[in-house]
Amino acid sequence: MELFKKYPKLFQWIFLLIVFFALCFAIDVPETYKFIRGQAEFVKDPNQSTFVFLGKEVRYYAFDVFWRLPPLLGWLPIWINDSLFFLMNDWMPMEFWNEDTQEYKTRPLVLQITRNLTAFMTFLIELIREILLGGLETIVAFTSWDWIDANPWAELPGLPWTIVAAGSAILAYKLGGRGLAIFAGLAMTYISIFGQWKPSMQTLSFILVAAPLSFIFGLSLGIAAFKSKRVEKALYPILLVMQTMPQYAVLVPALVLFGVGDHAAVIITMIVAVPPMILLTLLGLRAVPPEVIEAGRMSGCNNWQLMFKVLIPTARRDILIGVNQVIMVCFSMAVISAFIGAKGLGFNLLLALNQLNIGLALEAGLCISLIAILLDKMSLAWANKQVDYFGNLNFFQRNKNSLFFGLIIIVGIALAYFGSIYFKDGYNYLFEVPHNKGISTAGFWNKGVDWIFDTFFVYIKAFNTWLIVEVLQPMRALYLRMPAIATIVLVVGAGYLIGGTRSALVVCGLTLFIALSPWWDRALVTTYMATFGVIVSCIIGFTVGTLCFQNKHFTKFMLNVCDIFQTFPSFVYLIPVMMLFGITDTSVLIAVIVYATIPATRYTIEGLRSVPSGLHDAATMSGVTKFQRLFKIEFPLAFPHMMLGLNQTIVFALFMVIIGAFIGTEDLGQYILKALSDKKGAGIGLTLGICVAFIGLIFDNLIRTWVDKRKKHLGID
Amino acid sequence: MSEPVIKCESVYKIFGENAKTMLKEANGNVDAKTFQENGCIVGVNNASFEVSKGEMLVVMGLSGSGKSTLLRCISRLTDATGGKIFIEGQDLLNLNNKELIDLRRNKMGMVFQSFALLPHKTVVENIAFPLQIKGINTDESINKAMDMVKLVGLDGRENYFPRELSGGQQQRVGIARSLAVEPDIWFLDEPFSALDPLIRKEMQDEFLRLQEKLQKTIMFITHDFDEALKLADRIAIMKDGIIEQLDTPANIVLNPATEYVRKFTEEVPREKVLLIADVMDSTTTEDIGDLKVTKDEIIENVAEKILTQEKTVAVIDNNNKIVGSINPTKIINTVFGGRKNNN
Ligand SMILES: Nc1ncnc2c1ncn2[C@@H]1O[C@H](COP(=O)(O)OP(=O)(O)O)[C@@H](O)[C@H]1O
Ligand SMILES: [Mg+2]
Repeated sequence: MELFKKYPKLFQWIFLLIVFFALCFAIDVPETYKFIRGQAEFVKDPNQSTFVFLGKEVRYYAFDVFWRLPPLLGWLPIWINDSLFFLMNDWMPMEFWNEDTQEYKTRPLVLQITRNLTAFMTFLIELIREILLGGLETIVAFTSWDWIDANPWAELPGLPWTIVAAGSAILAYKLGGRGLAIFAGLAMTYISIFGQWKPSMQTLSFILVAAPLSFIFGLSLGIAAFKSKRVEKALYPILLVMQTMPQYAVLVPALVLFGVGDHAAVIITMIVAVPPMILLTLLGLRAVPPEVIEAGRMSGCNNWQLMFKVLIPTARRDILIGVNQVIMVCFSMAVISAFIGAKGLGFNLLLALNQLNIGLALEAGLCISLIAILLDKMSLAWANKQVDYFGNLNFFQRNKNSLFFGLIIIVGIALAYFGSIYFKDGYNYLFEVPHNKGISTAGFWNKGVDWIFDTFFVYIKAFNTWLIVEVLQPMRALYLRMPAIATIVLVVGAGYLIGGTRSALVVCGLTLFIALSPWWDRALVTTYMATFGVIVSCIIGFTVGTLCFQNKHFTKFMLNVCDIFQTFPSFVYLIPVMMLFGITDTSVLIAVIVYATIPATRYTIEGLRSVPSGLHDAATMSGVTKFQRLFKIEFPLAFPHMMLGLNQTIVFALFMVIIGAFIGTEDLGQYILKALSDKKGAGIGLTLGICVAFIGLIFDNLIRTWVDKRKKHLGID
Repeated sequence: MSEPVIKCESVYKIFGENAKTMLKEANGNVDAKTFQENGCIVGVNNASFEVSKGEMLVVMGLSGSGKSTLLRCISRLTDATGGKIFIEGQDLLNLNNKELIDLRRNKMGMVFQSFALLPHKTVVENIAFPLQIKGINTDESINKAMDMVKLVGLDGRENYFPRELSGGQQQRVGIARSLAVEPDIWFLDEPFSALDPLIRKEMQDEFLRLQEKLQKTIMFITHDFDEALKLADRIAIMKDGIIEQLDTPANIVLNPATEYVRKFTEEVPREKVLLIADVMDSTTTEDIGDLKVTKDEIIENVAEKILTQEKTVAVIDNNNKIVGSINPTKIINTVFGGRKNNN
């Protein structure tokens, strides 16, 4: 009794767990349930019962309604599909002038809008692509194919790679100084020499279209949200869901609306890249000191002047950090968009992985990583660069970079011309090194992979079998024993104990959505894989972080490593694991662990670092050993921040699990992948994406609420 | 007398959702406690005063007493919840947005505690900013701003960025910026509070020098009573949004209206604040010495001279006319006695 009064929370938790396990034991998995690989839920099964709900037929297995609830939301994907199709094909038909046939045609409004949007995007992408690589499309867009035939000279020539490489080095120099310039130059030269120029430029042109557009939209919406509470409130839930929604899942509806190709990918990329921009714009504008705003007002600014001459320039750094985020998201989407037919490095990577040509995949992956690091470093350098004063420089000093670039263009063209004479018969290597005509290391890598396989096959295989039989399968079986009802009780109870009624209601809603969808068992599998990854990642990240924290240099080094690894698009992580473990669940899990360890490590270090040094000194002065200090002072104080790291770890793990579908998992991700190739997959893909996002949001809500409370309790920020 | 430049008539500022209705119901009897229970915070409570042309009113109060809020009401950075404010006879609260912007562009300048400079502009660009906002072309505005740079003694640093300046220098930029449009009314919200004591003193002296030259109508906010005494023509002492006393420094020191005000005055060295005129007898006795002192002298400056006299000393005005007299014992009483009487 004494104990009970002292730790009431502890007993409440124990009670909750007892109820949960009791329910788990009480509700058995029905014997007839089989976890079927790739089972299609919408095929009518004679064992199923049916009833009608909201005008739709709901099919369910009568014997397992306690284990998984009847799929009342089963109609949601169908309804989304039907609505989309209705919008695209039947809604608001209107007369539109058709350029090609020179007559009015009846077309549904939405279809017309999306087609126009598509055409516009295609034009933009082609324009930039042809500036970089040369081509006809842009000129055709203004004239016609006939005109091109009549004027064979009319073609955008494209830039020689030497000019692009030197140009990016100059830009890097202007933004970040000599070191960055050298890195930029070397990276671009590497890409060219190793024959990845064309796909790289395709990817780059994709980003050059998607990023500025996302920036403009994000900035405008951010400003709107800053100005009006109502806009902010309306945007908030969307921003929240988009942060935990796997990027993969949004691809699916894009297919229906915009078809296959770069243009669809650009549009969908904007949907993913705009939310972080909105958030950072809002954050930046909010951080402008109120006195600066008042100073602007007292200087007689009207609203417009206040926004563009005072607020935005003052919030410059946060906004540019937003640009950095936009660029990184666009890049990672450029890679993933290969699934809906975007050209470029991602496409090559996907192709190579599909053919199990690890060597080619590695080459593409290396280029992707190089470009990712380059883009990240350059945009960060831009954000951190402070304005300089130019007034007292002469014309030459002021424009030295532009002048130098002009010189580069002349030299580059001269080189290309020289090349066209020198390499008369073959390819002009000074203009563009054609794809796969550069130095290729694929053979070398493939040999390496073969060697690894030959040498270590036995060990890898043994490890694989052990992991799957001894760890993964039992764990999965355990997870699959979680009845929906019991899980809801557990989650809601946890929500109530942590954050009160409000939190309980929110997580209850989120869980119920998943439970009522037809994919409860798949969601459990996703959760099991993610949990496994998160646990291992946290152990590794926590240990590594704590160890590194003991030494200043290690700390800095580790944070740098985290920075670099974080810039890689998640897809790249699949390459080395497939190289080592082939196509198994183990591969996915290892990728998950590697990817999710990044935030775990980073937040551990940051959390420990954020402990005020005053406390540190005070503890040392009172004669505490290093060990005691770590456990008595640093961990408890750093713990809330580390929990935020756990939150990120979960999101990262979920993303990777979903991408892992590409290797062949049996969870929600697999269904998303399947939806991609399904004509009616839009609704399914979107609903599945929401399910995954909700899994993330459940943890997010619980952890965040806890952290806020704890921080308030400890009196930190 | 011409009409006051700034005139406030029972101004209220109450933060909170239903501040307006609550104020109406309170019927001019605002009690901070009851308002707080209903979720409202009283920022300014029934402030009425006038500031005439060329006068410097210093608002003094501890942190959170509502000084900034009062100033923001008068510059209409926030709308007062109740009451009336007149700027040169114009009803401030009835101005539309355009008129308000015009007023700020031409008549008002403001200096902030945290300097509030634009980080992306150089010193001279910061100073030229209000001019450019007004629509004055670049060359003219930069020329004008350069004059201001010289006025505040920053020549040679006009192309620095705020991040490259010390606190004192940054505030000079803030002052120059607020003066760039040659405003009639000058608001300063704790301009020197963020500075080190030595720099602060230097800036106060410089500020007095500037004011001597410019003769602006000033509302100056501070939490430092000594600063208030040093600068003010009149001082308003605020507590919990209420103006406890508004008077000349001498009167506040000699006759504190409330217990709260008296606490501030206790430690003040009177001889540094009071003028001869504040303590003299306006009657002249027969028995008067040869020494004459002007009535506007601060006591400290002439105390030694007076104390060496045995007779009563004559007090004259600027025209050398005898207007009163002062006895050495009076000086002794003022300097040493006053405080004891109060305890
Ligand atoms: N925007 C606001 N919302 C609510 N309360 C405010 C706001 N601004 C100021 N206050 C409150 O008004 C009171 C006076 O604040 P302020 O005028 O800034 O004091 P001072 O400038 O004298 O330090 C304080 O209690 C403060 O908490
Ligand atoms: Mg203040």
